[in-house]
Amino acid sequence: MSRVLLTGNGAAAWGARLAAVDYVPAFPITPQTEIIETLAQWFDLGAMQGKLTLLESEHSMITAAGAAAATGVRVFTATSSQGLLYGMEMVYAVPGWRVPFVLVNVSRGLASPITLESDHNDVLAARDSGFLVIVCATCQEVLDSVLMAYRLAEDARVRLPVIVNLDGFCLSFTREPVEIPGEAQARRFLPAFDPGKISFRASKPISQAVAVLGGTPYSYFRYETHLASLNALQVYGEVADAFAKEFARSHPAVEAYRADDAEIVFFMMGAFATKAKAAVDRLREAGERVGLLRPRLLRPLPAQRLRALLAGRRGVAVIDQNLSTGKGGVLFMELASALYGMRDAPLLASFIGGLGGRDICAEEFYEMAAVVRSALRTGEAPKPRLLYTRTELREVRKLQAIAAAERSETGGRR
Amino acid sequence: MSDAVIRRMKDLPSTHLLGSGTPMCAGCGGLGALHEIYDILGAKTVFVNAAGCMTLLSVYPFTPFRGSWLYTAMASAPAGAQGVRDALDILLEKGRIPPGEDLAAVVLTGDGAAYGMGLSATSGAIERNLDFVYVCYDNEGYGNTGQQFSGATPHGAQTSMSTGRRGYFGDKKDLFGIWTAHRPAYVATVIGAEPLDLARKIEKAKSLKGPRLILALAPCPTGWDFDPQHAVEVGRLAVRTGVWPLKEYVDGQIVHTRTPHPRLPAEEYLKTQGRFRHLFEPQRNDELIGAIQARVDAYWAANG
Repeated sequence: MSRVLLTGNGAAAWGARLAAVDYVPAFPITPQTEIIETLAQWFDLGAMQGKLTLLESEHSMITAAGAAAATGVRVFTATSSQGLLYGMEMVYAVPGWRVPFVLVNVSRGLASPITLESDHNDVLAARDSGFLVIVCATCQEVLDSVLMAYRLAEDARVRLPVIVNLDGFCLSFTREPVEIPGEAQARRFLPAFDPGKISFRASKPISQAVAVLGGTPYSYFRYETHLASLNALQVYGEVADAFAKEFARSHPAVEAYRADDAEIVFFMMGAFATKAKAAVDRLREAGERVGLLRPRLLRPLPAQRLRALLAGRRGVAVIDQNLSTGKGGVLFMELASALYGMRDAPLLASFIGGLGGRDICAEEFYEMAAVVRSALRTGEAPKPRLLYTRTELREVRKLQAIAAAERSETGGRR
Repeated sequence: MSDAVIRRMKDLPSTHLLGSGTPMCAGCGGLGALHEIYDILGAKTVFVNAAGCMTLLSVYPFTPFRGSWLYTAMASAPAGAQGVRDALDILLEKGRIPPGEDLAAVVLTGDGAAYGMGLSATSGAIERNLDFVYVCYDNEGYGNTGQQFSGATPHGAQTSMSTGRRGYFGDKKDLFGIWTAHRPAYVATVIGAEPLDLARKIEKAKSLKGPRLILALAPCPTGWDFDPQHAVEVGRLAVRTGVWPLKEYVDGQIVHTRTPHPRLPAEEYLKTQGRFRHLFEPQRNDELIGAIQARVDAYWAANG
């Protein structure tokens, strides 16, 4: 076992390599490209056995991924943002094929305006697709989660594809010390893929992904997929236990950081939760009982676990790096529905921040905690807040002034 | 191999491999062609289907196929074939399945996917030299949704979205030419009404490796408005009037496998179908009939 500096993308590639994936349908998109370049190199050098096929779109890529998994090989693929959306028809289609494979999504804000840096609207667009969704906060977690995701996806009680999510730039391009497990150990944890009854063979003709007529068979298969996803709650626990036993690293469905005795809890997912941890430490030093809950498993949503962890907490600052326009933060809605009807449920405050790579700085965490604290005094949940500073507004005003000056200099109309 | 096996009508299989009782329309020219194609391609196949009329062939829990089937989506059936082919190659190479378990990947799409939405995935598959057969049943419109015009609709035809006196304003896209521009292994046009020509082409396609297109004109009683009992006759007239040239591309050469001689006037074909009735009733539209005939004449002047 060795500990080396790896980017999140490198960690994702190592996860695929240690999972001994057979097949990688690929299509490049910033900030994911390093993953498929790395894998292409490994296939070329013979470090991996199988095939990488560069498709002509993500829609085709996800189709090929599902079709290959339906033929009985272990499949890995990766995309980001616009690519995930371009393939979205197939993102919703392939879970119903009941094909287990892993798709790494490197989060990046969605157009418009078109941009490169991270937020979570892309992966949340897949929330209702039937894919299981694991959201990572560190490079180590990315590697580990890919291995865990295969074991989860391939479990006979589940058999669904899994998205492993990492934030673009702040994880994808950031090097962190990562422990790379040995191959034998990885194989012990994740044995070879058993396709079971789902595969195309000359001796066993099979029709897959066929049409249905009417709501009765349709509902049956939809419910079945939903129930399989719910099965993944228990299976995830088993997989996480087995992982901890093998690798001595723990990746629970919900990470709790100094939350046991906390009055106020930050609730957020992804890499920026690391910033929240730092803020928790500072606030603790100042004598405040603050903690963090970070859901790693978004689908299925570990609602019971969230209720248990939040029992006795007084207030929650839900920080959404996404925006459901016309409504607000998606995590906020997820948590509110999970806690609905709970006796003595904590007060929830909604904050939107960190869109398109925008930072969430320490002072903002302190401010969010203060907002929750004052809401606890009045007993009234505050209005949702869109995090934005005066300095940022001034920056945009400057850009607008430049645009106006240029327009007038070049004779354009105002 | 092909010429040695199928030389006469007598050499064609007398029973069909594809089951009966499908929900296709009576007289479906696409289904007729598929029967003949499947007889030769056989059951050691995975039919990777794109959204279209034939998606309804396999509706849970029934299928007429003795082999395998995978429904994908309208745009990406060739990518589905890529995934199946790549996976089988990997399994064979790693010794996880014996060679006898191998299957041929066959894409099955209508013209809506083949001429339009699926072109990008098709072009990609050909450029990757995917070993697959691509079967297009071309009924010259989005038939499954009620025959709106598509990129395959011929000039002047009325569809549910070109109901005026001039019919469809555009021209039928040259899918054969789009394919041959990619320099694939094989491209052929066929029609169910010419079973011997069709069988020999499928047999040839089967003997080759790489991307292979079988483009079948699919006379469509529902969309073209003719009595189902005339489906074969309509198909024959498409060939004898030169409207549907039977040809193949192999080794960089295009060969016409049937040159209609004498070539009947196009209107012999046009007047069999309600979609062209506006050319003849209430008044004869000589200008548009002439424009359609001119297109056919120009084709044969260049290719005859």
